[in-house]
Amino acid sequence: MVRVIVDGTPVDVPPGSSALQACEAAGKEIPRFCYHERLSVAGNCRMCLVEVARAPKPVASCGFPVADGMQIFTDTEVVRRARRAVMEFLLINHPLDCPICDQGGECDLQDQAYGYGSGVSRYKEDKRAVTDKDLGPLVKTVMTRCIQCTRCVRFSTEVAGTPELGLVSRGENAEITTYVEKALTSELSGNLIDVCPVGALTAKPSAFHARSWEYKKTDSIDVMDALGTNIQVQARGGEVMRIVPRVNDDVNEEWLSDKGRFSIDGLKRKRLDRPWVRVHGKISSVSWKDALIALARRFDGVPGDRIGAIAGDLCDAESLCAIKDLLQSLGSSNLDCRQDGAWYDTSARAGYLFNSDISGIDQADALLLVGTMPRHEAPVLNARIRKRFVDAGRGGFPIGMIGTPSADMTYDVTVLGNGPDVLADILSGKNAFAEVLQNAKNPMIIVGHSALTRRDAPAIYAACRELAHACGAVTPEWQGLNILHTAASRVGALDLGFLPGPQGCDAASMLRGGVEILWLLGADDVQLDRIPPETFVVYLGHHGDAAAQRADIILPGAAYTEKPGTYVNMAGRVQRAFRAVFAPGEAREDWRIIRAFSEVLGHTLPYDTLEQLRAHMAQVNPVFAMNGGSAQRLAGTTGGQAAPASGQAGELMPAPFRPVIQDYYQTNVISRASQTMAECSKVYGVAPAVAAE
Amino acid sequence: MSTAWTPAEQPDSFVFDSASEAEIAGVLSKYPEERKASAVMPLLYIAQRQMGRVTGSAWVPVVAMDVIAQRLGMAAMRVYEVASFYTMFNTRPIGRYHLQVCTTTPCWLRGSDDVVEACQKATGIQHFGETSADGLFTMTEVECLGACANAPILQVDDDFYEDMNAERTAKVIAELRAGRRPTPGPMIDRNVSAPEGGRKTLLSSSTADQE
Amino acid sequence: MLADKDRIFTNLYGQNDWRLEAARKRGDWANTADILAKGRDAIIAEMKASGLRGRGGAGFPTGLKWSFMPKQSDGRPHYLVINGDESEPGTCKDREVMRHEPHKLIESALIASFAMGAHASYIYIRGEFCREAERLQAAIDEAYAAGLLGKNAAGSGWDFDFRIHRGAGAYICGEETALLESLEGKKGQPRMKPPFPAGVGLYGCPTTVNNVESIAVTSTIMRRGAAWFAGLGRPNNAGSKLMAISGHVNTPCVFEEELGVPLKDIIEKHGGGVRGGWDNLLAVIPGGCSVPLLPKSVCETVLMDYDSLRAEHSGLGTACMIVMDRSTDIIKAIARFSKFFKHESCGQCTPCREGTGWMMRMMDRMVQGRADIEEIDLLEQVTRQVEGHTICALGDAAAWPIQGLIRHFRPEMEERIRQYKAAYGSTGLVQVPAGGVPAAVE
Repeated sequence: MVRVIVDGTPVDVPPGSSALQACEAAGKEIPRFCYHERLSVAGNCRMCLVEVARAPKPVASCGFPVADGMQIFTDTEVVRRARRAVMEFLLINHPLDCPICDQGGECDLQDQAYGYGSGVSRYKEDKRAVTDKDLGPLVKTVMTRCIQCTRCVRFSTEVAGTPELGLVSRGENAEITTYVEKALTSELSGNLIDVCPVGALTAKPSAFHARSWEYKKTDSIDVMDALGTNIQVQARGGEVMRIVPRVNDDVNEEWLSDKGRFSIDGLKRKRLDRPWVRVHGKISSVSWKDALIALARRFDGVPGDRIGAIAGDLCDAESLCAIKDLLQSLGSSNLDCRQDGAWYDTSARAGYLFNSDISGIDQADALLLVGTMPRHEAPVLNARIRKRFVDAGRGGFPIGMIGTPSADMTYDVTVLGNGPDVLADILSGKNAFAEVLQNAKNPMIIVGHSALTRRDAPAIYAACRELAHACGAVTPEWQGLNILHTAASRVGALDLGFLPGPQGCDAASMLRGGVEILWLLGADDVQLDRIPPETFVVYLGHHGDAAAQRADIILPGAAYTEKPGTYVNMAGRVQRAFRAVFAPGEAREDWRIIRAFSEVLGHTLPYDTLEQLRAHMAQVNPVFAMNGGSAQRLAGTTGGQAAPASGQAGELMPAPFRPVIQDYYQTNVISRASQTMAECSKVYGVAPAVAAE
Repeated sequence: MSTAWTPAEQPDSFVFDSASEAEIAGVLSKYPEERKASAVMPLLYIAQRQMGRVTGSAWVPVVAMDVIAQRLGMAAMRVYEVASFYTMFNTRPIGRYHLQVCTTTPCWLRGSDDVVEACQKATGIQHFGETSADGLFTMTEVECLGACANAPILQVDDDFYEDMNAERTAKVIAELRAGRRPTPGPMIDRNVSAPEGGRKTLLSSSTADQE
Repeated sequence: MLADKDRIFTNLYGQNDWRLEAARKRGDWANTADILAKGRDAIIAEMKASGLRGRGGAGFPTGLKWSFMPKQSDGRPHYLVINGDESEPGTCKDREVMRHEPHKLIESALIASFAMGAHASYIYIRGEFCREAERLQAAIDEAYAAGLLGKNAAGSGWDFDFRIHRGAGAYICGEETALLESLEGKKGQPRMKPPFPAGVGLYGCPTTVNNVESIAVTSTIMRRGAAWFAGLGRPNNAGSKLMAISGHVNTPCVFEEELGVPLKDIIEKHGGGVRGGWDNLLAVIPGGCSVPLLPKSVCETVLMDYDSLRAEHSGLGTACMIVMDRSTDIIKAIARFSKFFKHESCGQCTPCREGTGWMMRMMDRMVQGRADIEEIDLLEQVTRQVEGHTICALGDAAAWPIQGLIRHFRPEMEERIRQYKAAYGSTGLVQVPAGGVPAAVE
């Protein structure tokens, strides 16, 4: 540690810290615009100037390394005068349009102007005007407000890995632009709005809709992918106005994917707001009471093994648990949470988790991607891979991929082949990447759903596991064999054992008439056309999407922003979301609907409150007692099927991997209902891999 | 200022010709392979010269920057940044002859205003940055050219015409118009940057002219 | 004053051939291997003893700068980068070295690189010096062909490559870290220091950046000895230096002169006197536009060297002086510099990006007198707000000429404002109209 004296107070900071970090450690707030903890240091705004003993002039604390015994002064006349000077310069060409600026109320420039700004302007010359840029459907620009801090340039270059923004020209003509007018292609572009310290980059879909101080802010969890991004839902009245990321270094750092941020208008469209019942082929709305009674009548006399449930991708663990309990009480073990037909080794939790944890990527020194396209399946996780790639430097983090990239990965990837046969070559040492993995200290293998939704998934997984053991990716110190999930509900469902019992039907056979009553819990992405006409379909969900069309009875549930819910992310982290707004109309929280129905049915579930239900979940699987903590190391308790040994797992098929996500912006009922996402879909087009088929 | 170009001006494609390729090979050999981004400025020059050679207008279209980015393994944006930062890269078409008048104080003190005026008169150009109606000349105001002892300077493409005045400017432009390039250097009887009328130092035998 | 026998740049005017054979006759490349044989430490010690201070403007002792390079390589290559981005208004000395004494430069680069453990050197030549770069390239080709560069350069046992990198029109690239950025293929935006180039420079490797002239004198200092060089000039201001005179003198020129010679003598001898006689002198900017001007009263007595000019609140800078006679609109002369700095600001730091434009616009109004007297103080304050608050010294350089103007010519500025008021009633509108600036008061 290095001892630094900040305003007379000694603090110890790690060597290599900046003066700014030392000041923060000493509890001194240093104003800044260009400096951002997760971006490289630019040192250009000059707002963070401090005085350092024996330095001839004020130094920019953000980029000034500490030395032992260094004396820093943060509140001298020299410092104040310097900051006032910088503030005056920033403001001379900044428009005085705070009253119509969406950043107003959460603007760094506005905030600092209170401390260092002057009440009058001494600048009598013409102000600079800068042409606005079209950055696509998500980010709105008012470039005259830009203070050239280059945070956006650094974010898109360093974090997003899509270097499409730059500071062109020079001097006072310098401006942020894409140069060739085009929409930003990043799935993380919304974060530019967060990093921009002023109102130059704001959210286009919510422009002029609300003020930051009007929001009611509720902590929640993003369900657009399986990363479990920590978010804050900001609502006004009963309406979700905005979603922004929360900081969680173990999960999403402080980033949020565009789908997670901008799908919110989908929460207001195509909603199911009252129960519906189909009578003689015609669907009509009914009261809750009538709906539940009608449903109970339909259940009457149907044997348990003729009833089944398929869970969708956005479900909270509470509703999954409730429906499972209900079906089990009826004697059914026809349960499946894998609407995409994926196969997992469920003998232990490690078989279906991202075992290294998300932050484990930071320790990996070689990576093999098997049948996954992280950029589309989990953009924030992809940024983590990129961060590791950049930090490791030239050749420090070799990445191999089996499959065909359907977009620029944002880091260098060696495509080793497009089908699982490559795995055999790596195992036998025929493929040169075997050596790369072998030489790595912490090799990582990420298996995606392009691999796990195939018929030869057990063989692929077995091969990956064998490879992982052979190259040292699975040791007592290092868990490098990871599954990358795409569904937010999946790991929670697996933890609850939401899988067919020994005699139960899986999703495919339930769809093909294996059950008489099929309960779809938000499961819209199944092959609905396979369901025979005589199957009675119950749909419990929140959007009038494909499954509701087929349903014989519709029970309107709550979307993720409208209910308290538990979600387990792909790394096995149990996280809780709170209710931000109420569900529309007569829609209710899903587990309460199931609980109410169980009573009508005469199989009352043994919990009346959320707390009781959660206590019950913790009994089903103790991981649910570990809210927020890292639970991925807990041994599996599901007792499910294990992967067969490599030799008995069947043949690896030569067919190439196909991407699981064809259009990043339209992957679930919410994003499909969102006009913003539809616009993105139109602007960015569909991935070329699909066109090739 | 906004983007320095309009889409209509941009050609659809750009390929380095064989003469340029030969130059590129030489340039790339100067920098370590993993540092080949260093070659971005030389390659922009090569592209600009090729455009001059082929079209008569030495400038760098966006497609050429894209080609360079690809060649050097850089993001296209980084090339745009470089091309827009340095004033010697023309990001929009210019005339065949690029008249660059230095008007910084040392040249101004010795009559650069007259040179500007003479350029305007001889070409019909009204303002800096404009191209003459015949497409032959573009007049640009440049900052100090680093030849102040020979002020004022008119730079035509890569050549310095020194010790200019209105009359000499008109003559140089007339020559260019006639398709001839006058010999660059001082336009008066003077040996490079030595004092007019003969040098005052380096007169002893060991340093004097050897021929 | 400097005698011909003590001149380093004996072919300054290209009166003789620049090529290798002729350069050899002038003594270049004579015993280069012997010089290198003295060893790194001896060469650096000799340079330190010579008292040579950087010839690019800042005047930092060259030998000391060289000694900052790591003695032992940690595996990273070392680089010598030569700064030939001569762009400071008024400055035109390095151009003569590059086009008329290329072999002196190349040989010196070899010696300097050896002293710093560098096997490769780049010279960054401003883009406008196209012909100069061509000339130097031809000399480099000659040197390679003669075995003076490349493997076992000049028979010294030291492998050495020397390459040219051309700029493309950016004054800021004369700042050493901006130059390195540019050489790496980026915009020329200065880096924050620390780290200093001697630790992390070109491509992240230990690097020393020296001015063309600082390097080019090395071979002669090594041949004739530190004592000879230190014997020229004044204490702490040793040696001879390339200088130039431009502006209102009878014979503008470039020349080599001893440091510590009276400014007046230099103007009289080399410049052929001020146009219209000494009494017609208004002011002199002694070393490129970023040093504050000297009024005539100071020019009478001041000596041309680092310390004497510093004592007069100015600086030696590049020692390329701009002379202005009484016909000069001094406010306009300085305002043009403000335009220059506004044009050349890289746009990175707030104070410089915004301040240079503000200063330029106020200076433009000062030229017309379209301002209030109190605004002179405001202008002065703005220069103080830019000064010392930026990454590199361009902000300072933009501030100093204006500070010099206000210090010495405030009455003229006030008079201009009064004239404007008299002609137009009041300053009235100070906002610049959209159509541009109204005609100046004559």
